[in-house]
Amino acid sequence: MGASDWLKAQWNGWVDSRLDEEFRAKLRALPTRQNEYGFDPFGFHRDQVKAALLLTRFFYRDYFRVQVHGIERVPEGRVLLISNHSGQLPFDAICIAGSMIFDRDPPRIVRAMVDKFVWTLPFVSYLYARWGQINGTPENCRRLLEDEEAILVFPEGAKGIVKPFTKRYQLQEFGLGFMRLALETKSPIVPIAIVGAEEQAPAFNVKPLADLMGLPAIPIMPFPPFLPVMPLPTKYHMYFGEPLVFQGDPDDEDEVLQEKVKRVKNEIQTMLRAGLQERKHIFW
Amino acid sequence: MSAAKSKSETDDNERYDGRYDGRDKIIVTGIAGRLGRLLARRLHRWHEGRIIGIDRRDFPGRPRDIDHVRVDIRSKRARDVFRAGKVRALIHMGVMHDPRANQAEHHSWNVQGTQRLLEACAAYGVPKVIVLSSANVYGPRPDNSQFLTEDAPLMAAQDFPAIRDLIEVDMLASSYFWKQQSCDTVILRPVHILGSVHNAPSNYLRLPYPPTLLGFDPMMQLIHEEDVVESVLSALKPGVRGIFNVVGPGEVPLSTVLQELGRPSIPVPHILAKSILGTLWRTKLTSFPVPELDHIRYVCMVDGARAKEVLGFQPKHSLKETIRAVLNAT
Repeated sequence: MGASDWLKAQWNGWVDSRLDEEFRAKLRALPTRQNEYGFDPFGFHRDQVKAALLLTRFFYRDYFRVQVHGIERVPEGRVLLISNHSGQLPFDAICIAGSMIFDRDPPRIVRAMVDKFVWTLPFVSYLYARWGQINGTPENCRRLLEDEEAILVFPEGAKGIVKPFTKRYQLQEFGLGFMRLALETKSPIVPIAIVGAEEQAPAFNVKPLADLMGLPAIPIMPFPPFLPVMPLPTKYHMYFGEPLVFQGDPDDEDEVLQEKVKRVKNEIQTMLRAGLQERKHIFW
Repeated sequence: MSAAKSKSETDDNERYDGRYDGRDKIIVTGIAGRLGRLLARRLHRWHEGRIIGIDRRDFPGRPRDIDHVRVDIRSKRARDVFRAGKVRALIHMGVMHDPRANQAEHHSWNVQGTQRLLEACAAYGVPKVIVLSSANVYGPRPDNSQFLTEDAPLMAAQDFPAIRDLIEVDMLASSYFWKQQSCDTVILRPVHILGSVHNAPSNYLRLPYPPTLLGFDPMMQLIHEEDVVESVLSALKPGVRGIFNVVGPGEVPLSTVLQELGRPSIPVPHILAKSILGTLWRTKLTSFPVPELDHIRYVCMVDGARAKEVLGFQPKHSLKETIRAVLNAT
């Protein structure tokens, strides 16, 4: 016990020594509903997120050098952030969370809807909770929107993140769940287009093997280390669109919702195209 | 209520007539347990009329004017207590939670026992039935929403078949709620009860070196035993009926609970923990069956908004007091 406490104290001391005043101010300004031990109902803890935020800031500022456009369009109160998803590893989620903290005033916590299998993994399961991430059930999403929080959804889901290089910037099929929740809770939708992430891990999918193993994909890169363990330092451009407010019955037929979802998808696709044209180079 | 009154005038004296005249009775099953005794003491101050406990165990420290009927809840003599009449309410806490007990006996006690009690309540027109179930009936699962409402499915037995009778008790009570419209049936589903009680969570937290699962630290909800007693009293109010999750003062991760108690935890990888606990269980060295591990792995938390709104229930103990309550054990 003594040794692990000592290690923990050393680690916390090191993390604290890395925090500058701007960072501390951001951390203090993060809105949470804490209980007497500092936890919010979903397990977020302001102190236990420090190290993760330091790492986030490194990726956000130094590694991907994220260029943000139009973040002031994200309104206060309940909001659904809808973005394209890619890159084999979820650095796009990390950078959206980073932008809402480091480039927005006042900062906000972004809660991503995380697939349920993640909660069966050791370490990841509780760390995600401490960082404010949530199990992606409709009830959780509804509850947080009603508490005026910001929810991040990648409607492409797993099909998006494992996208092969040949399909970059081609949006996969969007799920409808986010639209039902937006209509039900009357939440505005902010479309987000991320340019850069789709090239960070150029991989192709070994489909027969993936089918054999029952996985959504097995991405292999044509150069070492072959497996996408670390992304390339591409430059990210992040475009926030105007908030979209939809009206209608959340229990409508799928076809009716499909129309609305299409509007969001088109918005993202348009921003992606414009962003790609504007971009000078993949890496800077 | 008026129907009950006219019946009591014309027919016999068996039905409760809705008057609190000091002769009305509250029957409590499982009164000799630690939670039962706490409730008995609290009821004693609150209730004008008589309190009758049905429990086949000894009742140490029984106040003199609380009756103790030492019978099996399945027996005819238990029914006779209802037949004597003027029963204002049944509080059924005599549900067995003993993983070491004989499975058949456990099942029969819980399911048949509850069934017999409910039949007696129907036969003698008891206007209020309170069944103490548990939030564990939902079961700890990786795909649980953070806060389950009362209409969530009761999935606990899927990975823990030995507790299916506890789910059946809950369901028997809810079908009674629908069948007996004249009875205000209340099902309470409290979260982990902490205190002097000898239930799995309190016993676990009293271990000198509680093992945890490496890399897992779920959020949990805890409630002080005295707050559970208060929730039962709030459910006695005439007119309230239905199913209620009962939550304590908030949510904390397991690690914080152990820290507050100053317990050095021993993290064990899940696979290892499963096989070790399995061996200990088979050799009767532990009272924790293997599926209990899921409670320190996944969330099983509930939304207590309904109890707050309808019963007006709010816990009085803070999180810290609730956690430290396990140290009060005698």
